[in-house]
Amino acid sequence: MASCTICLPALMMLVLDLNTVESVWPLPQKLAISEERYPLSPTHFNFYYGEDQASIMKDCSLLDSAFTRYFPLIFPDLTSGNGVLPSTEEKAFSLVVTMHQKDCDGYPNEGSSERYQLNVSAGQAVLNSDTVWGALRGLETFSQLVQQDEDGTYFINKTEIEDFPSFQYRGILLDTSRHFLPLKAILNTLDAMAYSKFNVFHWHIVDDPSFPYQSRTFPDLSSKGAYHPMSHIYTQSDVRRVLTHARLRGIRVIPEFDSPGHTQSWGKGQPNLLTPCYKGSSPSGTFGPINPASALSYTFMSQFLKEVTSVFPDPYFHLGGDEVNFSCWQSNPDVRAFMQKMGFGKDYTKLESFYMENIVNITSNLNKTSIVWQDVFDYHERIPKDTILHIWKGLPAQYKAETSRMTKAGHRVLLGAPWYINHIAYGQDWRISYNVQPLNFSGTEEQKKLVIGGEVSMWGEYVDATNLSPRLWPRACAAAERLWSDESQTRSAEAAFPRLQAFRCSLLRRGVRAEPLSPGHCSDEYRGI
Amino acid sequence: MNQTYAVLKAPKVWGALRGLETFSQLLYEDEYGAKNINLTEISDFPRFQHRGVLLDTSRHFLPIKVILANLEAMAMNKFNVFHWHIVDDPSFPYLSRTFPQLSQMGAYHPYTHVYTPDDVKMIIEFARLRGIRVVPEFDTPGHTQSWGKGQNDLLTPCYSGPTPSGTFGPVNPILDTTYDFMNLLFKEISEVFPDAYVHLGGDEVDFECWKSNPDITKFMEQHSFGEDYSKLETFYIQKLLDIVTSTQKGYMIWQEVYDNGVKLKPDTLIHVWKGNQQQYQNEMAKITLSGYKTFLSSPWYLNRISCGQDWTSLYRADPHNFTGTDDQKKLVIGGEACMWGEYVDSTNLMPRMWPRASAVGERLWSAKDVTDVNDAYSRLSKHRCRMVERGIPGEPLFTSFCRHEYKGN
Repeated sequence: MASCTICLPALMMLVLDLNTVESVWPLPQKLAISEERYPLSPTHFNFYYGEDQASIMKDCSLLDSAFTRYFPLIFPDLTSGNGVLPSTEEKAFSLVVTMHQKDCDGYPNEGSSERYQLNVSAGQAVLNSDTVWGALRGLETFSQLVQQDEDGTYFINKTEIEDFPSFQYRGILLDTSRHFLPLKAILNTLDAMAYSKFNVFHWHIVDDPSFPYQSRTFPDLSSKGAYHPMSHIYTQSDVRRVLTHARLRGIRVIPEFDSPGHTQSWGKGQPNLLTPCYKGSSPSGTFGPINPASALSYTFMSQFLKEVTSVFPDPYFHLGGDEVNFSCWQSNPDVRAFMQKMGFGKDYTKLESFYMENIVNITSNLNKTSIVWQDVFDYHERIPKDTILHIWKGLPAQYKAETSRMTKAGHRVLLGAPWYINHIAYGQDWRISYNVQPLNFSGTEEQKKLVIGGEVSMWGEYVDATNLSPRLWPRACAAAERLWSDESQTRSAEAAFPRLQAFRCSLLRRGVRAEPLSPGHCSDEYRGI
Repeated sequence: MNQTYAVLKAPKVWGALRGLETFSQLLYEDEYGAKNINLTEISDFPRFQHRGVLLDTSRHFLPIKVILANLEAMAMNKFNVFHWHIVDDPSFPYLSRTFPQLSQMGAYHPYTHVYTPDDVKMIIEFARLRGIRVVPEFDTPGHTQSWGKGQNDLLTPCYSGPTPSGTFGPVNPILDTTYDFMNLLFKEISEVFPDAYVHLGGDEVDFECWKSNPDITKFMEQHSFGEDYSKLETFYIQKLLDIVTSTQKGYMIWQEVYDNGVKLKPDTLIHVWKGNQQQYQNEMAKITLSGYKTFLSSPWYLNRISCGQDWTSLYRADPHNFTGTDDQKKLVIGGEACMWGEYVDSTNLMPRMWPRASAVGERLWSAKDVTDVNDAYSRLSKHRCRMVERGIPGEPLFTSFCRHEYKGN
């Protein structure tokens, strides 16, 4: 979207001894670790449901899957074939999980509590949470607390944690239109997101260059609009796979079908949807945004949204609404006539608002809460109060002012502007992400509560499966901590640096292709190319 | 090429390798997956003979696999020199037969983060089969922190007033033991690495530690160097060059050595890396005017990433763009794309290097007037997809797709 202007000076970094640093990332809200430590062994480790929980937990397959997934993360040597080293004390260790609510079969949503308590003592860790989503967060933390001695013996320190996120919406945006991302790349991203407690996958699935979403109702959209109708699409089965994979990790999937702009690829499979641009009195052959003056547009959008709102279960739905270029609309005589009829004069922002209002209404009637880019608010301040606004433009001064305005008008806000990490620069730019202060804007306490979270964006102009992972990780982790942890405890990027370095090595060990932050090494380097 | 066969003629096997690569790029798939090739006539040769890629295995250890993958990618782009910046301040991964403690104490890990003699042999042979020379760089007297871990008394002890501070500086130029050590080390290096040249570094020597050391101060007086520590640097380099010459190798050095007025053999190759366009062009002019051969890296520091299509500025840089005679221009042997390792390891090396280095590859091989960026974009996009198909994760230039996307992690 915006062009890059950031350039960082190179920083001289010391290579630190990573063995002495705790690498729980993001930092829990309340964390007390003492020197006392206890051995664990993969042959004597068990997950248990709490004694009074048996009835609640009986069919919690989500947690069962989580146990299976976390076991090799807790004991990494197990899968690398190095064999199990006999520990000196073969004591049993239990991780006991208790939850207050049984909601294992649903999807996480905006109200889902992710709070948990974790207490580690001799031979036992007790994990208590409100919901299964909190249990997942606690499991992740537990897996990061288990360490290994030089001789490979596993141990964990005496620990007391009480944890919950500062912001309930902590997202990552992937763009699968500028470049197609194979399913594997998306699933790998979801895995890595879970490691730093991201809980929203904002799937910017279609845009101008390509339409990879295979629609049941309008199959031509992808057969004519995808880069390739067979190899560069997401089938319904693929989408379900993503939804399942995300759910198991407590990650919400919020799709974005951006309109009326950013829709070039839609027109290939849906003729008459886009506005024909005119050169003088005849069509030029090119097309602009969706035609807001045509009833067909709304019929189509209605049917299309009916499908996609049922395919994607999250209560939130992103409608886009950004960067609408008016020149094509202005050139088209039918659109001009429509402007006259509606009494919009020459103000095309009114036309855009008219379009967006319609789309938001359709979406609302389909029982979804809309998220829109800030442009929609900037052009038309009277939009439904419960519409969530996504800030993406500007330097701190601008986005802080925007946050003030939006929250003053009573809207919930998502902060995206400071975290466009598709913008790369030489050096440790993670520190810039880390130093963002989402609530540092002028407004009342009530206004501040309306900032529900933020998103890291990885726009796809220069990104595909060859470089997605190293570009996302560990740089995205800075925002992960900013959105989860207590800001007052995480003010210093310098203090965070050794922790993030250690966390990066953990990510590598878990198979995440995370790039380095500075000269140094991890005991397990990435052995691929 | 005619009928159903192709004829590839080359004076040397290295030319044949280049021709084979070209042939492989002439093939294309139609929509049905059938391979085609057009009637073609090509006469080709490189504009510059030194077309290199630098890897830094000290800031981050690079596992063998990624070094070999990079050599494969180099061959696809007709690069012919692998400049192996193998050791530096942070770590010493080269397992020396003569001084095994250098890596034992100086590597990030003495067993998992080292290159054994067999590893080095494998890399050299892998490169040779692709017509790629391996030129090692053992950079001194600066950039040697890791050397001091396994070799006592090699580095200069820094002083805080009258007492040693506990830290160390560049190689100590006043001790005989230093030169005994270098003699033995470079003898080994000359046997391990078959190329006619070694790169001796010589860049960014910080004088502060030398200034603080009283023994060195005394030495400066004895040799009437006054306060001019570049004279001391020259003294060291001179002796080093003599040592290396006695091993029958030619040498390459970073531009500082020339800038500081060291006496160099006539066949020394000077590596220009500093400055903006104006500055490096002036430097090229000066060096060639002095009669030395030179090669260029300044515009091609690929570790310096930025947003957008920076390959275009890599593509536009030309080693011959400076004011000089034709004879001077003949002294420019080529250039190197450098990937310094502060922020780079095997997780991001390949996409950061490719296809950006390909822009440098064309600049160094193709004719001077091949400069159309739009045409280059369309060819380079296809070339990038081809590299991806061959398993090289070259990143995209811009919004696009490849028929066969990258399948790796």
